[in-house]
Amino acid sequence: MFASLLRNKESQAKHLFVSFIPSLLAIVGFFLLCGLVLQIRGQDPLEFYTIILVSGFASFDDFGYVLFNATPLIFTGLAVAIGYKSGLFNIGCEGQLYIAAFAAAWIGIHLNLPPFLLIPFCIGGAMIAGAGWGAIPGLLKARYGAHEVINTIMMNFIAFALMNYLVTSVYQEPGQMIPQTQQIHEAARLPRLASFLPVLPQSNPLNVSFLLACGCAVCCYIFLTYTRWGYELRLVGNARDAAAYGGINPGTVTIWVMALSGAIAGLAGVAEVMGYRHRFLDNFSSGWGFTGIAVALLGRNNPFGILAAAILFGSLNKVALDIEILLEVPRGLFLAGQGMLIIWLVSIESISRSSKD
Amino acid sequence: MIPSTLRLATPLGFAALGGIYSERAGVINLALEGMMLIGAFGYVIGTQASGSVWIGLLVGIGFALALALLHAVATVTFHADQIVTGVGINILALGITEYLLPTTEQVGGLPHWKLPFIGAYSFIVYLLPVLMVASHILLFKTPWGLRLRAAGESTEALAALSLSRAKWQYIGVLLSGIFAGIGGCFLASEVHYFTKGMTAGRGYLALAAVIFGNWRPLSGIAACFLFGFATALELANRWNIPGQLLNSLPYILTMVVLAGWVGTSRPPASLGKMQS
Repeated sequence: MFASLLRNKESQAKHLFVSFIPSLLAIVGFFLLCGLVLQIRGQDPLEFYTIILVSGFASFDDFGYVLFNATPLIFTGLAVAIGYKSGLFNIGCEGQLYIAAFAAAWIGIHLNLPPFLLIPFCIGGAMIAGAGWGAIPGLLKARYGAHEVINTIMMNFIAFALMNYLVTSVYQEPGQMIPQTQQIHEAARLPRLASFLPVLPQSNPLNVSFLLACGCAVCCYIFLTYTRWGYELRLVGNARDAAAYGGINPGTVTIWVMALSGAIAGLAGVAEVMGYRHRFLDNFSSGWGFTGIAVALLGRNNPFGILAAAILFGSLNKVALDIEILLEVPRGLFLAGQGMLIIWLVSIESISRSSKD
Repeated sequence: MIPSTLRLATPLGFAALGGIYSERAGVINLALEGMMLIGAFGYVIGTQASGSVWIGLLVGIGFALALALLHAVATVTFHADQIVTGVGINILALGITEYLLPTTEQVGGLPHWKLPFIGAYSFIVYLLPVLMVASHILLFKTPWGLRLRAAGESTEALAALSLSRAKWQYIGVLLSGIFAGIGGCFLASEVHYFTKGMTAGRGYLALAAVIFGNWRPLSGIAACFLFGFATALELANRWNIPGQLLNSLPYILTMVVLAGWVGTSRPPASLGKMQS
């Protein structure tokens, strides 16, 4: 019996590995493509590959930047994956994280409490705001059958407009032209890891929100694998009719999954406001909500896969900066490569699925 | 107000027309944004390189067509998820245009035609209503349109006539590339230059117009004029309404229509469905 259990574990590990093959192929393709473009430009691809290896991992400081870049992507990747597992597509992470970031900033500015109260209040408020913004498309889908993709896109643009309004007319920092709020209270700020870890220089922006992101990944894994709600979520994603037959209301699941996804996406806004900038700046996100889709795809919607994929993208962001300075290659190259990576991944995935059937 | 409405609605109208062809054939097209962007980019690059706006127009359409082909190969041939592919294409277009960012040197605009009672606009503006009516007739009054729509409505009907669904989907997606490309060219031709991410969500707005107009050319383009008017109001800003509110009005309206509170909006039955 023990042997069969072991075999089972082995086959599980093998299955897990096989499921990551498309991701590995796409990453290899991505690096080959970038190398090819550099070759065409008349630059040495080997130099480029050396920078990739060195850029993010040469020192603790560099790696700190990689993890800092990865933090919001872990949240948005998890948010997309949670939706995807139950057959929902949350393209609205971008809007949800803005709304949540603003909520965190508002609470951090207006409440004057000690840190052990203010920090949970800010994070909780941000998650509720993100959840609310995410739940609306969920509700519209469950109640009226309106496609969540369209509605999350619409909600993104509404969020951008709302944020722009709030930050230019109502809550703009007095006496400033920059569209940003004033700073949040000292008590609402998440400390930098450099203050605990002497290996990191004080200038390194890596902060506690990264630990929050890792914790969130673990929680998502436990939630999806071991809880009743996680089971319901996956069942609705895999076999909607069976779920309904088994007494699960798919509509209800749709609503709370979108809310949960929005809450997690909102944490990316928390990382920005409470961990880094300490205020709300208009347009702060550089497409994290959309990169989250690539992260979730690359990580096969597995929380730990997403952690790895987000760190990969975090290092790519750093590499992009370095090659811009060292090799004078515009960073658009990486953005284009990222787009190709997404298209390859979904194509490979679809081909491998149909060849299995 | 009318001139700026026309100028704002025209690029939307072309992209929406493209969206209608693609989605009527059953392929969700979020890539309109990227196709418009690369169209605008191609127009500027092509005009700078050749000195002729006509070559620029062709290059712009060609670039958008290339992205459309990529979308079609991935989604129709490989059955890749249409939404994810669309997002990927938009990121790809953003990356390519940022990587090859053209110089800020100004380029010429497409010729303006002066018509009595109307005024002088780019000929693209006059092309839109013509194409709108032509598309309506083509899609709803001809066997060609019936087949294209069958690819999006009922795969069984196509199979019964032993027609290839894939072929009609390719036609729909490639047409969307041509039209979105023209929309992008118009955008660049009116301002005479290209900037990073200059479409600024217009492709998504066009998609909203497609839904708002119930996947029909006449009402879809009417929706573009409505959206263009909302933006024109924002620019004029005479009533002290926050511009951002007017700005988000099209999105709110689309959500309301999609939920079925006002009127109905029914997508093609097999939109986005690939396995069959």
